Amino acid sequence: MVKVTIDGIEIEVEEGTTILNAARQVGGDIVPPAMCYYSKLEGSGGKCRTCLVEVAAGSERDPRPMPKLMVSCSTQVQHGMVVKNLTSDRVKEARAGVTEFLLANHPLDCPVCDQAGECHLQDLGFENGKEGTRFEEEKRTFAPRDIGDKIKLHMNRCILCYRCVYTANQLTNKRVHGVLNRGDHAEISTYIEKALDNEFIGNVIDVCPVGALTDKTFRFKSRVWFLKPMNAHRDCPTCQGIATVWMFGNEIQRVTGRKDAYGEIETHNGKTAWLCNTCRFESKDVAQWTIEGPRVINRHSVISQGHYVLKNPLEDKSTVKNLK
Amino acid sequence: MGRKLLLEHADVPGIETFDVYRKHGGYRSVEKALKTMSPEEVVEEVKTATLKGRGGAGFPAGMKWSFIAKPEGVPRYLLCNADESEPGTFKDRYLMQYIPHLLIEGMIVSSYALGANQAYIYIRGEYMFVLRIVEKAIAEAYEKGFLGKNILGSGFDLDLSIAPGGGAYICGEETALIESLEGKRGNPRMKPPFPAVQGLWQCPTVVNNVETLATVVPIINMTAAEYTKIGTEQSKGTKLISAGGNVERGGVYEIELGLSVEEFIYGDEWCRGIKNGKKMKALVPGGSSVPILPAHLITKTANGDTRLMSYESLSDGGFASGSMLGSGGFIVFDEDQCIVRNTWNFARFYAHESCGQCSPCREGTGWMEKVLHRIETGKGNMRDIDLLADINKKIEGNTICPLGDAAAWPVAAAIRHFREEFEWHVTHPEEAVKRNYGMLKGVTA
Amino acid sequence: MKIEITEQKRPVLSEEAKAEIQRVIKQYPEGRQKSAILRVMHIVEEEAGGWLSPDTMDMIAEILSIEPIEVYEVATFYTMFNLQPVGKYVFEVCRTGPCMLVGSDNIITYLENKLNIKVGETTTDGMFTLKTAECLGACGYGPMLQCGEEYHEYLTPEKVDELIEACRRGEIKGNKVV
Ligand SMILES: Cc1cc2nc3c(=O)[nH]c(=O)nc-3n(C[C@H](O)[C@H](O)[C@H](O)COP(=O)(O)O)c2cc1C
Ligand code: SF4
Ligand code: SF4
Ligand code: FES
Ligand code: FES
Repeated sequence: MVKVTIDGIEIEVEEGTTILNAARQVGGDIVPPAMCYYSKLEGSGGKCRTCLVEVAAGSERDPRPMPKLMVSCSTQVQHGMVVKNLTSDRVKEARAGVTEFLLANHPLDCPVCDQAGECHLQDLGFENGKEGTRFEEEKRTFAPRDIGDKIKLHMNRCILCYRCVYTANQLTNKRVHGVLNRGDHAEISTYIEKALDNEFIGNVIDVCPVGALTDKTFRFKSRVWFLKPMNAHRDCPTCQGIATVWMFGNEIQRVTGRKDAYGEIETHNGKTAWLCNTCRFESKDVAQWTIEGPRVINRHSVISQGHYVLKNPLEDKSTVKNLK
Repeated sequence: MGRKLLLEHADVPGIETFDVYRKHGGYRSVEKALKTMSPEEVVEEVKTATLKGRGGAGFPAGMKWSFIAKPEGVPRYLLCNADESEPGTFKDRYLMQYIPHLLIEGMIVSSYALGANQAYIYIRGEYMFVLRIVEKAIAEAYEKGFLGKNILGSGFDLDLSIAPGGGAYICGEETALIESLEGKRGNPRMKPPFPAVQGLWQCPTVVNNVETLATVVPIINMTAAEYTKIGTEQSKGTKLISAGGNVERGGVYEIELGLSVEEFIYGDEWCRGIKNGKKMKALVPGGSSVPILPAHLITKTANGDTRLMSYESLSDGGFASGSMLGSGGFIVFDEDQCIVRNTWNFARFYAHESCGQCSPCREGTGWMEKVLHRIETGKGNMRDIDLLADINKKIEGNTICPLGDAAAWPVAAAIRHFREEFEWHVTHPEEAVKRNYGMLKGVTA
Repeated sequence: MKIEITEQKRPVLSEEAKAEIQRVIKQYPEGRQKSAILRVMHIVEEEAGGWLSPDTMDMIAEILSIEPIEVYEVATFYTMFNLQPVGKYVFEVCRTGPCMLVGSDNIITYLENKLNIKVGETTTDGMFTLKTAECLGACGYGPMLQCGEEYHEYLTPEKVDELIEACRRGEIKGNKVV
C-alpha cells in the first residue's frame, strides 16, 4: 500500500493505482473530471486533459514537485505523493482552458440534444467554464449521420475521447468505425457507409460522454428529465441483462446500461454489465423486465435537480440563436 | 576551414557505393567496435563524447542508451529517425542521399552497443527517392557481410531495413514514429512508459536521429578524447546545419560547434550573406519550432557576447532573448519579410500537423491559426494579440507530446519580439493585405 | 472537411508489385505484417494510377489480414495518399515558411494561372493536379515542388514552364494510366 495526499486528504491505496482512481476512492468534489478515461476500457485516457492535476511532491523519496501538470487518469501514485486538484490555481486555470478548447468547435446545441441533462461536457462547462466564449471563428461542422438503424452520430458534438473506438475493439470482434483524418479535422466515421451492427455495439452509446452517439430508437420521444429511471433486469442469454429502463408513465422509452457516479457501466457478479443490443434496442415492453425500483441519480447530473436550466457558458445567446 | 567529420568525403564521386566508401575509410568503426570493444565500452565512449541527440531535443545519446531495459529473452530495437519534417531542416536527407553508408555504419555500431539484432530506419514518405538509395546501400552491406548473421565473425547478428512514412510531421516524435512503424496512425503515446522500456511492439527500443547515429562513427574512429577537443564547453564536435530562407547560398554545412553565427551567415565558406544585398531582419536558428530572434539578438547575445553556433550560446538569455539550436535548421529573414505572415504560416503548419488526439493541441493550434490568419489579412483587432498569448499559455505543457509546445513557442516569440508589427496589421488593415512579401515580386502568368 | 468517396475497382497488381509487397512484409517479425502498411499503400497506389479507392483499400486490408477500417484510418491520417482520382502529373508545391520567404506563393499563383485550376484541382484533360505540401526538406533550394518522386528546386516561372512542357512531351514519369 502507498500513501498519497489529495487536496489535503490522506489515503492509502494499492501500488499502481492512478491518481484519479485514488481520488475516486475518496470520492466527492476532489475527484478530477475525466472525459476520456474509462476504467473498463483498456488504453483509454490521456487525451481530453480535463483531469490534469498538480503534483506538489512526487514521492517521499523524491519530494520535488513535478514541473508540468499531470493527467491524473494515467499517472500512478507514489508513496508520499502530494496532489493538488481543487486547491491548485494552476489546475483551475488549465481546466478552464481545456473546457474552452472542448467547447470551441462544439455547436452548443444543448436545447436540442438528447444527451442534455446527462452530458459530461455540460457538467464540465458548468463547473469550470468561464462566461461566454472567446472563440469567434467559424466552427467546424459535420452533418448528423445514421450509422446503422439504431445509432445516430452527431459528429459536431464529439470530443474525440476514443472511448467508442476502444469499445468496438474490446467488446466486438470486428470494428467498422474509427477515427479518420487528423488535427481538428479528425472525426469518428465508418468512411464508407457501413452499419454498426455487432451484438454489443450499442455500448458505444453508453460510453460516449456527450451527445455524439445516441440511441435512434429513443430520439425525440422525450427529454430525459421527464423520464423516471428504474433499475431493472431480465433473463438474457447474451448479456447480464442488468439495466436502467427510462419510463414515461408505464412505457419504457429507453434502455441503458446501469451507470455509476462517474458515468461508467457498473460491475455486477465480477463483470462489467455491458448490455447487448437485444436488451437495449428491442426490449421496450415492461413485461420483458423485472423492475427493481427507482434508480438514484448521482451527483453528476442535472437530472437529479429535477428540472433543466440552461447554464453558462452554454446559454450563450449568440450561439443559441444560430440553432435554427 | 572547419574540420569535417561527417561530410569529409561527401563530394567524392561514387561515395554512395560500398567500394568507394570503403576505400575512404568506411566501416573501420565497425571493425574496431566489433573486434576490439565490448558493447559497454562503446556506450561508455559515446557517453564520454557527450554526444547530444541531433534530432532537436539534444538529449545525450550515451545516457539514453544506458537506460535501455534488458529483460531476458525480449528483443531490443534500434530505430533511426529519418522523418525529418521540421520546417527549415534538410540535413538528414543530405547525409542519406550522398553518403548512405555512413548512416548504416553508425547503426551497426550503435545496434552492437545496445544489443539490438534488428534495426529499422523510418524515413519520411516524401523521401522515397532517398529510401531507394539507402535500400541499395543496405543490400550492398548485406552482400559484403556487414549486415546479417555473424558480422565479421564477431557472433553479432543485425538485420536492417528501411520503412517509409506517408506524410505526417508528427511521426518524427519518437512514440508516434513507433506507432507508425507498427502500421497505425501516428498518434504519440503517453510517457511513461518510455520507449527504452516499452517501445516497438512493447519491446525496449532506442530512437535516434540520422545525424546522431552517423556521428557515432567518427567518435569510435577517433576516440571520445579526440572528439571532445572539437567544439565548446558544452557542445562537442561538429553539427550539420541546414541553411535556408533569404541567404545568398542555402544548403547543408558541417560546422565545428562554436563557430560564430555572424561568420556562418556572412562568411564565404558558408551562407555568404543575405540575398540581393539586403539586411537581415530575423533568424530562426533551430527549425520552425524554436523562438525567432530579432536582428539585434542574432550576432550578439543580450549581454553583448558574440553569439556562437552552440547549444549553450544560442539558448543564452532563455526565451526572453535567446532561442535554441534545435535541429540546426537556420531560417533567415531579410528586411522585407513580414513576421506576421510567417507566424501565421508556421501556425498553419502546426495545426495541419497536429494528430488531433489531445484537446489543447487539436483545438488550440486550429484556433491560433484562424486568429493569426485574420490578423494577417487585416481583419484582426488588438484583443486578438492577447488572446493568442493566452491560448499559447493554455496549450504549453498541457499536451501529450511536445508538438503543442512547438506550436506555441514560435507564436509567443514572434509576439514578444515583434509585437508592433502585429499591431501595425491591426491598425493598417488595407496596407497589410496589399503588401507582397515574396522575392519574385508580381509574377503571374 | 467532408469526406468524399469515389468508387473504383481494385487494380490488378503486377508480378513485381506482388513480389515487392511480399519482400517488405518479410522485414517484420511473424504476425507483425501490419507494419508494412505504409509501404504497401505506396506500392498499391502506384499500381492503381496514383490514388486509393475504397475497394483498393479493402484489397490492402486483405493482403495484410487486417480490418478495412484500419486501412481507412491510416489512409486519412497521412497526407501523401490521394483518396480521390488525380491527374497524370501531381505537382506538390511546398508552401511552408522557408519556401514562402523565397517566393513559393508566387509559384503557386503562377501554376494556378498557367494550368487554369486552383490548388486541389485537376485540369480537365486529366494531365495535371495541383497540390500544396508542407516543408519537403529542401528549404535551402526553394521554391520547390515534388512531382512523382522527383524534386524540382530553385523554381522560377521559366523553370515551371519547362517542367510542364517536359511533362507534356512525356519525358517525366507520371502516374500509371489504369
Ligand atoms: C513534433 C515532433 C517532431 C519531431 N521530429 C523529429 C524528426 O523529424 N527527426 C528527429 O530526429 N527527431 C524528431 N523529433 C525528436 C524525437 O522525438 C526524438 O527526440 C529524437 O528522434 C531522438 O533522437 P536524438 O536523441 O538522436 O536526437 C521530433 C519531436 C517532436 C515532438
Ligand atoms: S463519438 Fe462519443 S465516444 Fe466516440 S470519440 Fe466522440 S465523444 Fe468519444
Ligand atoms: S500535442 Fe498535438 S500532436 Fe501531440 S499528441 Fe496532442 S494532439 Fe497529438
Ligand atoms: S480523463 Fe485523463 S486525460 Fe481525459
Ligand atoms: S520549407 Fe519548402 S522545403 Fe522546407
